[in-house]
This record gives sequence, structure tokens and C-alpha cells, in this order.
Amino acid sequence: MRWIRASIGLNVSPWMAVFAALLLPSIATAQTPPRNPTGRFVVVLDAAHGGDDTGGRLASGQFEKAATLAFSVRLRSLLAARGMTVITTRESDMTVDPNARAQIANRSKADACLSLHATESGAGIHLFTSSLPSSQPARFLPWKAAQSAFVNRSLALAGALNSALLHDGFNVTLSRTALIAVDNMTCPALALEIAPARGPDGKVTAEPDDPDYQARVAATLAAALLEWRMEPGQP
Amino acid sequence: MIPRFQKIVFSVLLAAALIMTGVLWHLRQRAHQRLLAGEDSAPTKAPDVAPTEKATLLVANDADGSLLVQARSLPLPADPGARARVLLGELLDLYAAPDAAHPVTGGASGVAQVFLLPVPGSKDTQRSGDELAVVNLTGNFAASHPSGLETETLTVLSICGTLRANLPNVTQVRFLVDGQQRPNLAGHADLTRTYLTADAVPTGGTNP
Repeated sequence: MRWIRASIGLNVSPWMAVFAALLLPSIATAQTPPRNPTGRFVVVLDAAHGGDDTGGRLASGQFEKAATLAFSVRLRSLLAARGMTVITTRESDMTVDPNARAQIANRSKADACLSLHATESGAGIHLFTSSLPSSQPARFLPWKAAQSAFVNRSLALAGALNSALLHDGFNVTLSRTALIAVDNMTCPALALEIAPARGPDGKVTAEPDDPDYQARVAATLAAALLEWRMEPGQP
Repeated sequence: MIPRFQKIVFSVLLAAALIMTGVLWHLRQRAHQRLLAGEDSAPTKAPDVAPTEKATLLVANDADGSLLVQARSLPLPADPGARARVLLGELLDLYAAPDAAHPVTGGASGVAQVFLLPVPGSKDTQRSGDELAVVNLTGNFAASHPSGLETETLTVLSICGTLRANLPNVTQVRFLVDGQQRPNLAGHADLTRTYLTADAVPTGGTNP
């Protein structure tokens, strides 16, 4: 089984650190806030799929990987403009292994991690947190269940984003799922899936890759994350 | 001058030929009627080989991401593994219907087998009788499943919830595709992990 080290202000001997660094490629800290000694608020944006992994195909003919990358770029700009440090898992159409995505997030000691998806089914915005059971932070966490120590904070983050999206008139479904990259992250993490916007009659009013629709969702998320940053316990 | 016996033989042969023509025409008509009747009497529903029982299906709805309880009466075999396969086949048939709220093509043929095994692990953490269901999906079903986090999650949860509602001993579910482990269903939902049926909670109920 693969493990990661999840330290919570622990004093670990240098030998143990060297041993872990050699054997475990995905060492990350899993601290409760405040996480960043610099006081920065770090957000990781993971544009799902990319390269050979095209994801689903949207009604416009575009692949999911292109829609998620476009949305990641939009959201990154808005978050950076609000003073947040944004780290992305990819900036172009390239293949990124799910484990590598989680490693990027874990090394950044992020305060919020968003895995971005797009789909043609359903309606509105789908927010997913990990379905792993909540657990207490520990020195070592199984790689496949690293998110379990952060599930409660991920649920709180999902609640904050859910409130903001509902307030701005989006149709939101909140659920839990098993998604490899999110389950491996040691940060408050959730998967956000943009589905078509639909009117009361069920007809599509905006596709997930529609630039205006994406811009509205991104603006709401940026405002919600700014509010989340202000909450007690954040850096 | 034609001899008299030759006239008689010719007349008999001519009469026999006419009679045989009539008989063949009659037989052809009967065969044609049988063919037309056969199209109407072709079986459209599998014969009930098991007693009809009440079953509960957890049916996914893409519109609001919910799992709705639907009660059905189905002929269910006594063997638990076969019973699980029939239940999941009925569930996937609902998804293959043209107006399905959670459209997935493939129908009942999407489930190849369901195996029920004792739950592995520590005896301290399991109740006696707890079972692990291994659901072997077909490659065609996985290939034709719409790609999306919500739609794939709903498929997995509705399968887990349906097994739990009808086979309470099934507490865990694992998925295979064509007998092999697969990373995900259609690009999203993780199929490498063991799902707990307790996580599949219905969000509403209807009785059609």
C-alpha cells in the first residue's frame, strides 16, 4: 500500500524525512490551518483530463479536456486578481497522471483544491466531495484515502460554494463521489462539474463550454473563495 | 390411330397432374398463413420461470442528481447471485428506455454476472453473513456509458442501493468490466475501490 506523510506540526527526524523522500514520491503535509507559513491563500485548480485523455464530448463537439482548461484559465485570472496564489495542474493540452495532480496539490499546501469537470448530462453545477469516511489527521495516511483527514473541511468548502452558487441563481446538486485525484489530496478538495444551464422546461440555455456561462460561474466561485478565505481558521 | 389404353393412361396422368397442382397450391397457401400467424405469436416477454416477488429499485435521475425508490413486481430466482443479476438487469433496462431520466444504453445485457462472496477482512469489523457483491459489467456497457462525474456516480450508487434494498446482507460492492479491474467507468467514477452499500441513500420515492 502507498502511504503519504501527513504531519501536523510534528518534529520528524532528518533520517526519517530522507527515507520517506526516497521511497515515497508523493510526500505532502496535511496540516490543519494555518497551512502556509507565508500567510498566502493557495488555491489549486485541476483542469481534469488533457492530452490522450479527452474526457467526455460536449454537444458543441468540443472535448471535456478543452472546456475544463478554458474554465481553469478563467478562474485562475479572477482568483489571482483577488490576491490568491493559484497553482494549476496543467496549462495546456497535456496528459497528467491523476497521482501527479494530487502530488501537485499536496506539495503546494493548498487551502482549497478544485478538480474541474464538464459534462453534457444533468443541469447546472455539480459539486462533489470525496465519499471517503472522515478520519482524524495522522502522521501517515494511505495514499488512496489521504483525503479522509480533510473530508470535514471539504464539506465545509462545498457548503460555502453551494451557498454562493445558489445565491447567484445557479442550479446546484451537492453529492459525494469516488474520484481518484480528489481522494489523494491532502487539502480541502472538491470536484466541480459544469453541466448545461437549463430553463424551467428543461431546454438548454447555455452549454458547459459557453464562455459567458463559464465566466459567470467563475465570478461566483472567485467571490465565494474570497469569502471562504475570510472565515476563521484561514491564513 | 391412338390405341384406347393410351387415351386412358393420358387421361389418368392429366387428372393426377391437375390434382397435384391443386394440392400444392393449397399447401403453399397454408404455409403462407402459418408464416404470417407466426410473426404475431412470437414471444415478446420471457416466460415467468420463477415466482413473482416485490423488488425495490433505486433509480437515478440526472435532472436533480437523486436516487428514487421504485417498487416493482418481478419473477426472481431463488439463487442470490442470479437474483442480483435479474434486479440489476431490470434497473439497467429502465436506463435504456427512450425517455429515461438517466439514459444509459445497453440495458439488462450490461451486467454479465454478479458474484456474492463473504466479506474479506477482520472478523472483528464484520457481521456474520455480510457479503461482497462483485458486479461484472460488460465492456460494451462501459464503452457506451455517458462520460460525466454525476452520471457515472449515479449509475454506481443506484447499483449499490438496489443491491442493498433487496439483498441486505450485501454490504460492499466491487466492479469489474469484462472480468478485469478497470480504473474508472467512463473517465470519472473510480472502479478500483470497494463501495459501501450504506453510502447509497435514496433521496425520494415513487410508486409507478
